[in-house]
Amino acid sequence: MAGIAESSSSSTRAGRFGLALLTWVVAILFFFPVLWMVLTGFKQENAAYTRTPHITFSPTLQEFRNVFDSGVGAYLENSLIATAVSTLLVLILATPAAYALSIKPVKRWQDVLFFFISTKMLPVVAAIVPIYVVVERIGMLDNIWMLCILYAGMNMPIAVWMIRSFLLEVPGEVLEAATVDGANLQQSLRRVVLPMIAPGLAATALICVIFSWNEFFFAVNLTATRAGTVPVFLVGFITSEGLYWAQLAAAATIATLPVLLAGWIAQKQLVRGLSMGAIK
Amino acid sequence: MSAVALRTAAPRRRTRNPEKVGAWTRRLPLLPALIFTVLITQIPFIFTIYYSLQSWNLVRPGSEHWVGVSNYGKVFTDSQFRDAAINTVILTASAVVIAMVLGTLLAILLDRTFPGRGFVRTLLITPFLVMPTAGALLWKTTILDPVYGLANFVLRPFGIGQFDWISKFPMGSVVAETVWQWTPFMMLIVLAGLTSQPRDVLEAGRVDGAGTFALFREITLPHLRRYIELGVLLGAIYVVNTFDAIYMMTQGGPGTSSTNLPFYLYQRAFLGFDIGQAAALGVVVVVGTIIVATFALRVVFSLLNVEEGR
Repeated sequence: MAGIAESSSSSTRAGRFGLALLTWVVAILFFFPVLWMVLTGFKQENAAYTRTPHITFSPTLQEFRNVFDSGVGAYLENSLIATAVSTLLVLILATPAAYALSIKPVKRWQDVLFFFISTKMLPVVAAIVPIYVVVERIGMLDNIWMLCILYAGMNMPIAVWMIRSFLLEVPGEVLEAATVDGANLQQSLRRVVLPMIAPGLAATALICVIFSWNEFFFAVNLTATRAGTVPVFLVGFITSEGLYWAQLAAAATIATLPVLLAGWIAQKQLVRGLSMGAIK
Repeated sequence: MSAVALRTAAPRRRTRNPEKVGAWTRRLPLLPALIFTVLITQIPFIFTIYYSLQSWNLVRPGSEHWVGVSNYGKVFTDSQFRDAAINTVILTASAVVIAMVLGTLLAILLDRTFPGRGFVRTLLITPFLVMPTAGALLWKTTILDPVYGLANFVLRPFGIGQFDWISKFPMGSVVAETVWQWTPFMMLIVLAGLTSQPRDVLEAGRVDGAGTFALFREITLPHLRRYIELGVLLGAIYVVNTFDAIYMMTQGGPGTSSTNLPFYLYQRAFLGFDIGQAAALGVVVVVGTIIVATFALRVVFSLLNVEEGR
């Protein structure tokens, strides 16, 4: 339904067509760099940079093969570990915490919530110095498990906020009914509440996955060759000497694809997740 | 009298312990996440304060010694720090405001029925999902390259020639890339506001003969206000920390023209190895952020209160 007034005369119909067309054009403009990235990845190197861009070309998988030959596999594996482990850790810790801030709230739960969101407001850069020093001293530099822990800390506040907002939607009667039925609290939580918030947990997981997969600051400062993640792999393409655009585009496509697909599938949950559940 | 006192006192004594136990069973599920978050996000700041009072260069082991607040003196007399702070404000303010204006316009365009609406929305959110490092690399090369970039190809009929956007407008280039990535986010938030708009009020206004523009200004815009505020706030939280785009596109240059505070601090710590100086910078940044964030948090909580009152 349109939010803006519409009446039925031929001139407004033309106007509506014009607006629809405009929306399409703007959308394609916004999407174009991504489309161009994917197309360029399938080009041959000499077709990738031409003064007049080539729309038609004979597609090749050569550059994707080159990217995998240059060892992106290990970086992908590191990204996968950091993303999966940190997300799992976040869900395991944040779900009970969200429960203690919503269904059976602790005293001063507002203060605790306030604390969680305030940690997101402090710039990460201000913590990097001591984190680097400590990580170095305990010999965890260039170690993928260190990134898992840091990413979990980074995403914990958002997850607590999101899961709490989903728990608040579980009707109180459901909980009461479940406990009256003779099920003990733990059982009723597992059998009744958990399935009800499962879609919410999935949305939370998606947000955590996006942030961990794309994270660059910790990764570039705390890892090198062994534990480098995909964004660190892309750093190799910064130098402007020698143009390897087709290979660069292929690498960027590989790096972006997992999150792109996940985000497309779950776009409705994205808003809610990103606004920490404040908008339903 | 005493009987009454006894009767009221007795149950209190009996419930006291369970109450305490109850409080702890309530707290228990919260503690792991809380302790974890404090450990990872708060303890480092305490160390930052400690290091900021030291003179310590990483390349000279054993060089650490107590210097008091002299690192802070250097921070405040450092013109590069001032430039970086100004750049941070420029980058954050312009990227967030432009992204919000574009996002609001796009949300209004999307908030109507037309063929392929779902598909168009999918196209529009895509930039947000692109890995920021990858997005920045793409902008630097395929779009803004002076010779082979798409921007100069499109502008060639206008006689732009081989204009080097990134070295002539380093900050503008970073802002453009950031706006491209954040407009979809703003659009989604405003769109959530538009779709939650009470339709009957709009209908009533229309029946009363209000024009499209008047309806938008009098009803839609006030309704959107808190969504716009939330979008700006969340966008600012993330954009203020922009590091990827600057690292990949300009490396803070030319000179320090596109160095923001995160990148400057990174240079100090990891290229200059000056731990004490970098830590003092970090403390100053945190204090500045706390001052700004205190106002920002008020906004968030007023938003939440509105919501809970609904």
